Amino acid sequence: MSSRSVIPFGPQHPVLPEPIHLDLVLEDEKVVEAVPSIGFVHRGLESLVTKKDFKEMVYVAERICGICSFGHGFGYCDAVEHIMDIEVTERANYLRTILFEMSRMHSHILWLGLMADAFGFESLFMDTWRIREKVLDMLEAATGGRVIFSILDVGGLRRDIPDDMLKSFLPVLDEIEKELAIDVKAFLNDSAVKSRLCGVGFLSAEQVEKLGCCGPFLRGSGVKRDSRKLGYAAYDDIDFEIITSDDCDTYGRTFVRAQEILQSISIIRQAIEKVPAGEVMVPVKGFPKGEHMTRIEQPRGEACYYVKANGTKFLERMRVRTPTFANIPALTETLQGCSLSDVPILVVAIDPCISCTER
Amino acid sequence: MKISRSPWLLHYDASSCNGCDIEVLASTTPRFDVERFGIINTGNPKHADIMVVTGGVNAQTKQVVRQLYSQMPDPKVVIAAGICACDGGIFKDCYNISGGVDTVIPVDVYVPGCAVRPEALIDGVVKALAILDEKREAMKNHATCEVHFDKA
Repeated sequence: MSSRSVIPFGPQHPVLPEPIHLDLVLEDEKVVEAVPSIGFVHRGLESLVTKKDFKEMVYVAERICGICSFGHGFGYCDAVEHIMDIEVTERANYLRTILFEMSRMHSHILWLGLMADAFGFESLFMDTWRIREKVLDMLEAATGGRVIFSILDVGGLRRDIPDDMLKSFLPVLDEIEKELAIDVKAFLNDSAVKSRLCGVGFLSAEQVEKLGCCGPFLRGSGVKRDSRKLGYAAYDDIDFEIITSDDCDTYGRTFVRAQEILQSISIIRQAIEKVPAGEVMVPVKGFPKGEHMTRIEQPRGEACYYVKANGTKFLERMRVRTPTFANIPALTETLQGCSLSDVPILVVAIDPCISCTER
Repeated sequence: MKISRSPWLLHYDASSCNGCDIEVLASTTPRFDVERFGIINTGNPKHADIMVVTGGVNAQTKQVVRQLYSQMPDPKVVIAAGICACDGGIFKDCYNISGGVDTVIPVDVYVPGCAVRPEALIDGVVKALAILDEKREAMKNHATCEVHFDKA
């Protein structure tokens, strides 16, 4: 007869830099229930719309999360631009696509590193983060910031990225692709790594649909859904296939994310080839009035941005639905019945971004 | 400069946006590589010498920060990494932000930046090392070290 015990996991723990708290109810080594409690990163960010005007809010939106910052800024700007009927120039759309894909690359490479750290492969963690620095170098050259860019503005981009700089990214992308292939091989073919990933956290396609998951977690179970196919920014003109995996476990999710990095490289290459000349900013006059909801594909999944404006310089409401929020039910589902040693892997598998979720 | 010991870091995200947190992690990885000096990011407060806190500290993390600080052995140094940890930054006006780590525990080194750059953070750690040495000397002279809890 086994007795039950409760282990508190977090908020301060070595797996993730972020505070997430789970109460794990154990029967011997087996987790029978996981109860998440949140609120450790709640800042009350959405209330700032009453204190900062709609242009200053771009900077606040970018700081919802430091990893997906470009996506948050983009989603917010896109919603406000729809309300104000602003047509962003083609060049700005292409540059936004390039920057968006670069931030997706850096987020996914970061995730691969955290995953390696979670299953205890320290040198793989270090190597993926070494590659990530190259992406950050490109972002820094283009925008001036390593993780928070502040290049977005309502109406386009605050500064242009010169064509010769875009061309200079191409050899760096080749280099990243080559070096990453070695690490991806370790993630997908190494028998020790596979023994920690295969069959862990199984969720079938029906289950993930029912739980309302999104992003690479959903595609890792074979569901073909990617909001980039809605065709915002320049994604309409770019040729890419949605990557899925039929493994339905943590291995499948790792596969999807690893392939998506390579896909992002291909999207950036296509965009650099096609980027038209022209202005990157259109003048913005007046204040927004109306409401709009934008859906975009963040590195972690689909995010929704709702903006309501009343014709003054302060917005009435801004609301964000983040991908991690949609994936937390799946996390508690996969944690039930798993062994205690798999908890870090399963927590990392949804690529949790607590600061997005709690804002 | 002379490094007398290899300090271990304890990092805690006290309601930061993640930007500073990944920069703290990035400073231990190959590009910046503070690990070559034996500076390790540990998860255990009882092993740590330097506490790196990011974020503006909200109502719920307040007690966690205080608890982690009290679990660290003396001598200890606290670094506030990023402008949010220094004084609340862009989130200063938010209803749930107390505005800086020094509203909860005493801070020795302030490293501003949004997000804090790894170079700046490493500079902060070097400054913290000198303070750590000073505190160690002071502990030798006095049997007990001063502990401030009154500021909370």
